[in-house]
Amino acid sequence: MDDTRKRSYLRPLDWRQGRVDMTHGSGGRASAQLVEELFLRAFDNDWLRSLNDQACFLVSSGRMVAATDSHVVSPLFFPGGDIGCLSVHGTINDVAMAGAKPLYLTAGFILEEGFPLSDLRRIVDSMAAAAREADVAVIAGDTKVVEQGKGDGVFITTTGIGVVPEGVHISGDRARPGDRILLSGTIGDHGVAIMSLREDLRFGTTVASDTAALHGLVATMVEMVPDIHCLRDPTRGGLATTLNEIAQQSGVGMRIREAPIPVLSQVKAACEFLGLDPLYVANEGKLVAICPPEVAERLLAVMRAHPLGADAAIIGEVVDDNHHFVEMETAFGGWRMVDWLTGEQLPRIC
Amino acid sequence: MKYVDEFRDGTLACGLARAIAAEVRPSRDYHLMEFCGGHTHAVSRYGIQDLLPPNVRLIHGPGCPVCVLPIGRIDSAIALAQEHDVILCTYGDVLRVPASERRSLLQAKAAGADVRMVYSSLDALRIAQETPDREVVFFAIGFETTTPPTAAAVRQAKALGLKNFTAFCNHVLTPAAIRGILDSTAPEGTGRAKGARLDGIIGPSHVSTVIGSRPYEFVAEQYQRPVVIAGFEPLDVMQSILMLIRQINAGRAEVENEFTRAVNRDGNHKAQTLVAEVFDLRPAFEWRGLGVIPYSALCINAAYGDFDTERRFPIPYRAVADHKGCECGAILRGVKKPQDCRLFGTACIPENPVGSCMVSSEGACAAHYTYGRYRDYRDAGPTRKAVND
Ligand code: SF4
Repeated sequence: MDDTRKRSYLRPLDWRQGRVDMTHGSGGRASAQLVEELFLRAFDNDWLRSLNDQACFLVSSGRMVAATDSHVVSPLFFPGGDIGCLSVHGTINDVAMAGAKPLYLTAGFILEEGFPLSDLRRIVDSMAAAAREADVAVIAGDTKVVEQGKGDGVFITTTGIGVVPEGVHISGDRARPGDRILLSGTIGDHGVAIMSLREDLRFGTTVASDTAALHGLVATMVEMVPDIHCLRDPTRGGLATTLNEIAQQSGVGMRIREAPIPVLSQVKAACEFLGLDPLYVANEGKLVAICPPEVAERLLAVMRAHPLGADAAIIGEVVDDNHHFVEMETAFGGWRMVDWLTGEQLPRIC
Repeated sequence: MKYVDEFRDGTLACGLARAIAAEVRPSRDYHLMEFCGGHTHAVSRYGIQDLLPPNVRLIHGPGCPVCVLPIGRIDSAIALAQEHDVILCTYGDVLRVPASERRSLLQAKAAGADVRMVYSSLDALRIAQETPDREVVFFAIGFETTTPPTAAAVRQAKALGLKNFTAFCNHVLTPAAIRGILDSTAPEGTGRAKGARLDGIIGPSHVSTVIGSRPYEFVAEQYQRPVVIAGFEPLDVMQSILMLIRQINAGRAEVENEFTRAVNRDGNHKAQTLVAEVFDLRPAFEWRGLGVIPYSALCINAAYGDFDTERRFPIPYRAVADHKGCECGAILRGVKKPQDCRLFGTACIPENPVGSCMVSSEGACAAHYTYGRYRDYRDAGPTRKAVND
């Protein structure tokens, strides 16, 4: 059947009133129509246009990295972003935290029957804009539809592939006693933006999610200071969890100071109201870097010169400790430890 | 936010620390109990102990609502949810409190019981309105701060003529608990009861906004111990410690109020009237760790009897002893520290609590585990020892 005839049987998708139905995931004509009118239009590139079940690409020399991340954030739209751009940023950042340059993304959608097509288009357009801005191509994808009540609007899984520049060896197990710990900016913005919209918590705030792709910042960092030991983006579980993970992986302890850790005053106020500790609240556009002491000031200057690192600070150092504790001097002047998160602070944050 | 930061200022803390250091007499030590879990949490979270001279010792008190809830009452709640098929609504922390045979409401929920976490008593009321064909029980716990909201929900249930809403009242009274603690304490050397030595008490902040400072006056008059009511901010705690040390040094025993921005002598009259309208004193109530204390808790009165879970359902009370190894009782009385318990940090951790003190962030064991356990290794660690040797 040729293309023109196929099209003539189908009414165009109704972007105003239309909703996702089971046929959109069936692999039949309706699926093909959704791919063409929505995904192809938004992500347009040669790989997708070839309409194969896979994307073929040339492999550059050097070490490649892959990362995958599922996104179930609720609500789907929030101040500062939506599940679409979040699913692009989240995976790009996971790739970038190896010091890598992200090249390609794939995306899997699980749609709930009845989900408005207009919202879906908004989400896909936002993904496409985020990918374009990051100069990363979405080269393969998949869509499934589940019955009403079996999903929550949209879940998106993205996988990213990138390449690590020569001479860069970044890994969570490379923190060494004496290394300095740097943070790229304010913490807790994303978590507070999401929580402010939750039905049972609803409170007014002007905080927007910090969701952003960090590979540009990382690229300048590894270029100027190739000897960075660890990079990680403190998403779920916040800064506290990231520091504990690295301490555990590297078999070291950490001593940090509360005073230099930047927290927006609205985030502080919201955390106060909710009884939360900003150290445990999620971020989507921040990173932690660990590097040898002699290059720390230089790295700090490089980070601060980038718009996504303008508030960067050195927050502490790595120490020898076979218990792998993260200790913190409080702004009040005493000491406490910063432990792993107990339980779930708030589900479905990303 | 300015408002809160003001009470966490490191420079001011430093000044207060100096004032305290200048005030303490090196010849003696000072055993001060912070009654409230909120204070326990502030002490641990801000590392206040580091700003105090070594001879000022803070003892964690029993003012943590889920910590003092006896196993028997949670067993009753589980029975309500499982055997009487009610929708059981309660505050989040309660779900994880260990009951008999290491069960908990969270487990009951996973096994199919309809247990729901609510943020306020009014959420429970709303659930009752939305599901008229189901019995809804609000498992009410807490000190004087959470009592007025429960009273409000019960009163509103009556006004709405709800037939399917009751409250399972476990509200307890702070002054009675302080008396319980003081009765179990004795001056050193008398060998009377095994209680902690207490030289002064940091009094509750939120509770005192409701009941005022007058209900603590017996502590000064009958037990000759100073009380300073303090706010929950770390500077409040530091300031109240300084005030207590000054009283102790001067041989005074008075009720002083550091938290004047929110507390007066008589408290919140409106809240007190509301509570009096709905509740009666219970002749006796069992506290975890402190045993049965007379007139230390509230029950729903006859006028609101239709909204009393204990009248609607047959839930016989059975006192159950704590887990053998758990020292929560001694900790709640201030006799032992969390690190004295051999289960601490091994069998008992916040993810998997054996005793109630490991559940809420206000519990002494949970606070020490989350914020302070590294000290146990530092103090006894080889490095420190080598220096001392
Ligand atoms: S550590 Fe656990 S078992 Fe031991 S006293 Fe504390 S709560 Fe009880």
